[in-house]
Amino acid sequence: MGRYVVRRLLQMIPAFLGTTLLIYVLVFAVPGDPLAGKCGDRPCPPAFVAKFTAEYNLNDNVLVQYVKYIGNLLQGNFGVNFSGRSVSDIILGSYPVTVKLALVALTFEIVFGLTAGVLTGLGRKGFVDNLVLVGTLVLIALPVFVTAYLLQLYLGIKWGIFSATVSTKAPLQELIMPGFVLASLSLAYATRITRTSIVENSRADYVRTAKAKGLPQRRIVGVHLLRNSLIPVVTFFGTDLGALMAGAIVTEGIFNINGIGRETYRAIVTKDGATVTGIVVVLVLVYLVANLLVDLLYAVLDPRIRYE
Amino acid sequence: MRRRLTASLALPVAAALLLSGCSNSNSSSGGGGNAAPSVADGSVSIFGSQPENGLVPANTNEQGGAKIIDNIFTGLVTLNSDTSESEMANAESITTTDAQNYDIKLKPGWKFTDGTAITAKSYVDAWNWGAYAPNGALNGPFFAEVEGYSDLNPPAATKGGTPPTPTVKEMSGVKVVSDTEFTVKLTQPYSPWMQKLAYHVFDPMPASFYADPKAFGRNPVGDGPFKFVSWQDNASIVLTRNDDYSGAAKPTIKDVTVKLYQNSDAAYADLQTGNLDFMDTLPTSALAGDKYKADLSGRDLSKPAPIVDTITVPLYDPAYQSADLRHAISMAVDRDSITKVIFSGARAPSTAYSSPVVAGYKAGTCGEFCTYDPAKAKALFDKAGGFKGTLTLSYNADGDHKAWTEAACNNISQALGVPCTATPVPTFADFRKGINQKAETGMFRSGWAYDFPNLENGLSPLYSTGASSNDSGYSNPAFDKALLDAAAKTDPAAANAGFVDAEKLLVQDMPAIPLWSRTLISGYSEKVGNAKVTAQGELDLLQVTTSS
Repeated sequence: MGRYVVRRLLQMIPAFLGTTLLIYVLVFAVPGDPLAGKCGDRPCPPAFVAKFTAEYNLNDNVLVQYVKYIGNLLQGNFGVNFSGRSVSDIILGSYPVTVKLALVALTFEIVFGLTAGVLTGLGRKGFVDNLVLVGTLVLIALPVFVTAYLLQLYLGIKWGIFSATVSTKAPLQELIMPGFVLASLSLAYATRITRTSIVENSRADYVRTAKAKGLPQRRIVGVHLLRNSLIPVVTFFGTDLGALMAGAIVTEGIFNINGIGRETYRAIVTKDGATVTGIVVVLVLVYLVANLLVDLLYAVLDPRIRYE
Repeated sequence: MRRRLTASLALPVAAALLLSGCSNSNSSSGGGGNAAPSVADGSVSIFGSQPENGLVPANTNEQGGAKIIDNIFTGLVTLNSDTSESEMANAESITTTDAQNYDIKLKPGWKFTDGTAITAKSYVDAWNWGAYAPNGALNGPFFAEVEGYSDLNPPAATKGGTPPTPTVKEMSGVKVVSDTEFTVKLTQPYSPWMQKLAYHVFDPMPASFYADPKAFGRNPVGDGPFKFVSWQDNASIVLTRNDDYSGAAKPTIKDVTVKLYQNSDAAYADLQTGNLDFMDTLPTSALAGDKYKADLSGRDLSKPAPIVDTITVPLYDPAYQSADLRHAISMAVDRDSITKVIFSGARAPSTAYSSPVVAGYKAGTCGEFCTYDPAKAKALFDKAGGFKGTLTLSYNADGDHKAWTEAACNNISQALGVPCTATPVPTFADFRKGINQKAETGMFRSGWAYDFPNLENGLSPLYSTGASSNDSGYSNPAFDKALLDAAAKTDPAAANAGFVDAEKLLVQDMPAIPLWSRTLISGYSEKVGNAKVTAQGELDLLQVTTSS
């Protein structure tokens, strides 16, 4: 087990280097010039261009730039963006908010997705089952920005139940609406995955055995059925945490959340390679750790899985 | 046993992750608003965007930063909100007899908010810093008229190469006479300079700036009606009243929070719910169908802005050489319908190259060439020998230009019987890159926001030979000379008449097709009183009041 964790941690190093290199090269492969739009409707003054180019090593080739970048990164220096702000400050300032938002969304998924999935999985073909199936279909069909603008307009502006946008400190109550929006799509998937998994496993031998032994229904569902049915769901949640953080661009834009999605969008538009790479570096780490946690959880959920 | 270990390891980690996220949110909850200033102490929150660079006047050329700088710095002159004429601020007098040599006297007793006095040196040093090439100031070229600017900006030996380090650090044309007086000599007579001085690049800088310009940009010290308090990236910039301000007009409100948004729709939602007090430009979604009128129940302002939109024609492309062709295209565009239908009144059709809000503006200089007349357009088009292939009109897709470029192209192809397509370029940066390199193969959209409200600023940077923003590659010696002659006149009325004459020459050649000028539609919350918009298109914080 310990050895397994160490091996997994070591595997993260090449994964980490590979993704950062890819991202760095890709950002620079995007056509365009960070200096072209910086001075509005006129070309930048040559003195400014000269200073800017020297400051950001823009004359080096991409690989040299990457080596310089990763060298700094290993010393904990994320560099500065094109506005002169330190990228680590940007990350420290915006990641916590996005993590908070993603966790609110994940909570929605777990609480509502699991409950609805279990209920419909156990009582198939009933009214609740049909209701949930139609409901999830609607959520999947609606693009996120439609859900977001509708909720913002009615719950935020017209009825004033929630704050229409999120303030700087992003208190929990203001994140409930954007969290739900961010979760909406995955919530629907989580429900459906849980439902299918429950349906499948309720016909399994060990459930039949448990029934035959005369165990109470609560114990059969809670301990035997649910635990095994959760494996695909947990896999989904694990990768989804990363996806939620990366996918927050639309939600954060609409609700004016000062998080990583907004920064990523800005950095991509301004071709700010250092910021994009810095943000993705952390995102890659989140993915890797989340996946490790998911793999370890398998062993908890299913007694047949062991790691040596 | 091993399995149990896994359980005891994995679960607490996952739980800790969840819990820490939640407890964090709980501890920072409460309050709700973004440090929402209470009504009682006279404070407003206004719409803003994250400044691209530090708050240094010489380095700020975009709205987000300019909005702050205009309130924390006061320079020699300011512009009257209603007439756009320059008025003395820190300057006691600015005198000239030949529009080339200026004598500037300062009002005594003015101070920066750090307590140091403002002297002639505060200006001279700031200007020299801005003009000195190795400092790489974005707005350096604004000093180009001053004698000695070229010594501080030697050209590179090869195009795109590294320019050599200048041998001098001071412009020969600027000289300190005494603590309250300095003189400026320009390379040639240039009368619009009086108005140009209102631009923030000419503001004085305190001595502390030169020690560490970068640190200064994050914590600027100015001399304006407001004082910088704090800047939280992407969230807010807080200003407070400068009680030692020496200017004539003092603000009645105390605190200003500039909320930094990336998305104007989000800001508009805040404006409707009272979380934001003023927004200078309402988003397109609110303008459509006059939706804002119902949303804000009358709390809106509209003011013509010194911003004009044009279609620029690539004169370096042989296909566009005929002036008749350019006139034909111009007459084929139905400006009235497009401004009405697509812009819901946020644009006014142009009848001249200049913006109507600029002093000395003369309506109708464009004459019939800016009037929709498909029959005449077709006749001119045939006279020009038609056009081979497809006309293209490109625009940057990250702006709000798709609808009108397609409408204009429709007009053109219907009137002239030649196919016309509106072609998107993904980002503004890509778009400008193509234009700067003169690589655009067809017509393209262009816009010009006046740096200062003078007729000259809407003409010479755009159309004089080799000028910095001459995107069409236009060159006409008669036009260049007309501009110089006008700029040499010290009497503002005579100078303006001269600029209008130059504009008439432009109409004959039509290197760009005037479309419309913009109208700013702004909105404010219930709490705000006496809302007015300045010449720069921002809330006039000196006049605004709050109800409490």
